[in-house]
Amino acid sequence: MDMIKTLNTRDLCESAKNGGCGECQTSCQSACKTSCGIANQPCENKAEK
Amino acid sequence: MVHQYKLGGYNLVLDTCSGSIHVVDEAAYDIIAVYKEKTREEIVPLILGKYAHRPELTAQEVESCLDAIGQLEKNGKLFTPDTFAPMAGDFKAKGGNVIKALCLHVAHTCNLNCAYCFASQGKFHGERALMPFEVGRRALDFLIENSGGRHNLEVDFFGGEPLMNWDVVKRLVAYARTIEKEKGKNFRFTLTTNGMSIDSDVIDFANREMSNVVLSLDGRREVHDRYRVDYQGQGSYDRVVPKFQELVRARGEKDYYMRGTFTHQNPDFLKDIDAMLDLGFDQLSMEPVVCAPGDPAALTEEDKAIVMEQYERLAQKMLERRKEGRPFTFYHYMVDLESGPCIYKRISGCGSGTEYMAVTPWGDLYPCHQFVGEEKFRLGSVFEGVTNHTVQEEFRGCNVYARPDCADCWAKLYCAGGCAANAYHATGSIGGIYRYGCELFKKRMECAIMLKAAEADLP
Repeated sequence: MDMIKTLNTRDLCESAKNGGCGECQTSCQSACKTSCGIANQPCENKAEK
Repeated sequence: MVHQYKLGGYNLVLDTCSGSIHVVDEAAYDIIAVYKEKTREEIVPLILGKYAHRPELTAQEVESCLDAIGQLEKNGKLFTPDTFAPMAGDFKAKGGNVIKALCLHVAHTCNLNCAYCFASQGKFHGERALMPFEVGRRALDFLIENSGGRHNLEVDFFGGEPLMNWDVVKRLVAYARTIEKEKGKNFRFTLTTNGMSIDSDVIDFANREMSNVVLSLDGRREVHDRYRVDYQGQGSYDRVVPKFQELVRARGEKDYYMRGTFTHQNPDFLKDIDAMLDLGFDQLSMEPVVCAPGDPAALTEEDKAIVMEQYERLAQKMLERRKEGRPFTFYHYMVDLESGPCIYKRISGCGSGTEYMAVTPWGDLYPCHQFVGEEKFRLGSVFEGVTNHTVQEEFRGCNVYARPDCADCWAKLYCAGGCAANAYHATGSIGGIYRYGCELFKKRMECAIMLKAAEADLP
């Protein structure tokens, strides 16, 4: 049995190459309004995917 | 930087700087914990000794686990060095003065009188006011003029209670729809409401035009009615719940959040989540109250342990409900591992004061809705533009690497340094951190990632 199973995740180092388009949602704007977190923001960079 | 934790029967290893997540068995978990401190020759007997009760675990298996760890490190998926600091200011600098989101305070007044309201019953410590259409239209023009190449523009109708200025909201949406195509933009509107004035017109319009609606409900009737009362002191639960249900039923597949606030009076907020589920809602959010430390509503140190446990139990409940075919979402557990934010976003955070601003009923600009009323943070107005460049530059300088407290935090690329308003209220500086909030955030991330591990296990 595998002792280590790696989940599929976006490679953050790779994302440095084409990221930063800024089209994604502003963090708490359309939701909680009181606590910032960016982990649940979907990427909207159409060029990258 | 590596963070290891155990939750929900899973052993999890997070590699902060690559974003990699590994689900491992007990032995691998222990091997990773000592991998950087000890030699292979030391690790093999150490692990075999600890797992003597597991004869099936052989030296060869420990060796191959060590090889796998070495391979992950080589492939940049474990023990990845932190090389992002030099690019920390790039994202906001690259964005220049582009603005892509506005929070329109269309009504600095409210038909409820909630004692815990961070907006001081919608007045934001100022006078009651409604935004005239002309101010709102100017704000939308200002947004377009300053949005550069951004296609998606977000506008939230906020208050106070925005439905108290509903006609202006509708006119502003209609205006935006007439200009967005020719300007090459796509407006996404959100409405945040206490529900008191929802009627069939609001339901039809909001469900057609609003990308999201945020509906304020605190859960159990007695919890909701403790704070969410009208000016006669009467609870609002019975008046808003049927309206919320009607709106959500009619909304179909479109997004909404049933958003509650928990306080010192209900740190056991899972019961409020249950109450929301019982009412038929399934897109939920429960937020810790924002108020001064001495306030009776403020969460205490004693509450923290309860809240932490509630977050774990919430994750378990979500798993159970998913298995039963009755899933629901919780805003803070909606983590997109494969298509989530790029590193620039993860470093830079929410964009308050630069790409996101709040607009008062008379057109003043503030870094975000939580700074409205704090005169020294006034950035300018939609008529004259940003004039307070000192404050704006302070916000532009906000990023996770600008906060010394975040340097050694495993969660820093999930939270991007946290909320500037929370930091300011906790420390007097937007460059500080709100430590209590950090602890809750980290627990939420641990739960969210555990749920992803569980999801990967599902058929």
